[in-house]
Amino acid sequence: MAGVTYKTRQLRRRNIERVLATLAIAGASFWLLGNFIKSPTQFTEVTFTGLSNGILYALIALGYTLVYGIIELINFAHGDLFMLGGLFSAHFITLWFNQHHESGAGWGVLLLALISVMIFCAVINIAIERFAYRRLRRAPKLAPLITAVGMSFILQFVGLRWNGSGQKTWPSLLPSGNLVIFTVKLPYTTLISFAVTIPVLLALSYIVTKTKQGKAMRATAQDQDASRLMGINVNRTISFTFGLGGALAGAAGLLFEQTRGLTSYNLGFQLGLIAFTAAVMGGIGNLQGAVLGAVIIGLIQGWNDGLPIGLGQQWSNTVVFSILILLMVFKPTGLLGKPTTEKV
Amino acid sequence: MLKVDKLEVAYGNIKAIKGISLEVNKGEIVTLIGSNGAGKSTTLRAISGLLKLKGGSITFEGDRIDGKEGHEIVAKGICQSPEGRRIFPRMSVSENLDLGAFLRNDKEAVAADRERVLELFPRLAERINQKAGTMSGGEQQMLAVGRALMGSPSLLLLDEPSMGLAPVLVDMIFETITKINEQGTTILLVEQNALAALNVADRAYVLESGNIKLSGNAKDLISDPEVTKAYLGG
Repeated sequence: MAGVTYKTRQLRRRNIERVLATLAIAGASFWLLGNFIKSPTQFTEVTFTGLSNGILYALIALGYTLVYGIIELINFAHGDLFMLGGLFSAHFITLWFNQHHESGAGWGVLLLALISVMIFCAVINIAIERFAYRRLRRAPKLAPLITAVGMSFILQFVGLRWNGSGQKTWPSLLPSGNLVIFTVKLPYTTLISFAVTIPVLLALSYIVTKTKQGKAMRATAQDQDASRLMGINVNRTISFTFGLGGALAGAAGLLFEQTRGLTSYNLGFQLGLIAFTAAVMGGIGNLQGAVLGAVIIGLIQGWNDGLPIGLGQQWSNTVVFSILILLMVFKPTGLLGKPTTEKV
Repeated sequence: MLKVDKLEVAYGNIKAIKGISLEVNKGEIVTLIGSNGAGKSTTLRAISGLLKLKGGSITFEGDRIDGKEGHEIVAKGICQSPEGRRIFPRMSVSENLDLGAFLRNDKEAVAADRERVLELFPRLAERINQKAGTMSGGEQQMLAVGRALMGSPSLLLLDEPSMGLAPVLVDMIFETITKINEQGTTILLVEQNALAALNVADRAYVLESGNIKLSGNAKDLISDPEVTKAYLGG
């Protein structure tokens, strides 16, 4: 038809997308409402579980997005760093400090373990950047990417030697009971996850937005040479970013080890992939986006796995990735990612 | 103050600067003119430590600064407003100015310099909370120069501050350059707009494909027939 111009087609397309999105959201809301009516208690519990998984993913996803934001590298070794964090925590708490159940001393050891594992993973991540990635900074993008895959294998191998090839279970120092509000049971472990993660996220947000080092990070992410001209030590800023990402992965490792009570050399691959997906879903390079994406994935998994009317656990990843694919088709920059509008 | 001696810079195998020497004395405006690709920006980038030298040396106030990192050179008191402005587009004007003073801890002096910059460029004051990337080219240029001034440099390197600006703004930028110089900042100015640059400068070097072809007092060069022919459209 001669009358259909590019612009009207664009407009029609956008309208169709809008209708589809509205339908999808309406469908999902309807499904959630149905579940809520059927069993409000279960719904609330499942939502909490999903949220607490989500913030765990967020801790890992932030590491991907921080590093991508500053040097545009997808650090495939990041998930494995989380795995090593879990292993370190298990050894630190159970073997080195010989703590096996909840106690006053146990809380002290947990706090010490949290600080130690954050430092441990930060140092490893800084070392990886220094020795494996820094030399490749001006190389074609594929070179550091392949190096990152290689680093991932190296860390997995370390995990394999340290942990053995099977899954290992460890005792938890966290209280095992539930907080009961009316009929809703919230496990203490979940609440403690929140109590650890939320301050860590707030601290990160403070560092990035308010401190000098954070300003240097944001400047370096936008323009490295211009940052040098401001007197910013770009190498140190990049190291700092890797350190931050590593510390978050360490905290996630400890939380995972203590709430699930297990370690395995290939955990980093599974959780790393989910966290990376979360970072992409939120718009890679965007910090709030990573947290949002991670919480959404956690909730989707929680609802899908735990609600009375749902597809069940075996469909968990299928549902998550289907949603990711749909999102990428209609909004390739992710939920909060914006196409950069830079004037030349 | 600044002494560049037999500077050589190469991009891969291609020599961009083939052994140039130049000097900037305290209080001067020195300009480096020449056509596109002559190596003007490369020279400034080398001085700021963004490029590795192939040969020669750069001395600032008696110390060798070649081989130092970019941030160390800023700490010595050399700030640059780079080619293409290179402002931080996703930050506000205010944040961009703050970053210009990144290495400084003297809060009161920084605040005073901020006042001074906003006085030189009232336009920036109007846009203080706007994202820098959404401003016009001329405004971004003002921001780039203002941001470099926030470092309170003893030597200010300006790379093509008039590029892409409307004629009214070009005049304004050159007036501002004179004003900045009168307030005590030494300036090394790279320009394609040779006439305007020669008008404000004390001395000048003419760069041609990586070599210095001519140098001397700006006043003399304006009337030099060779310069007139090649760069002033006469």
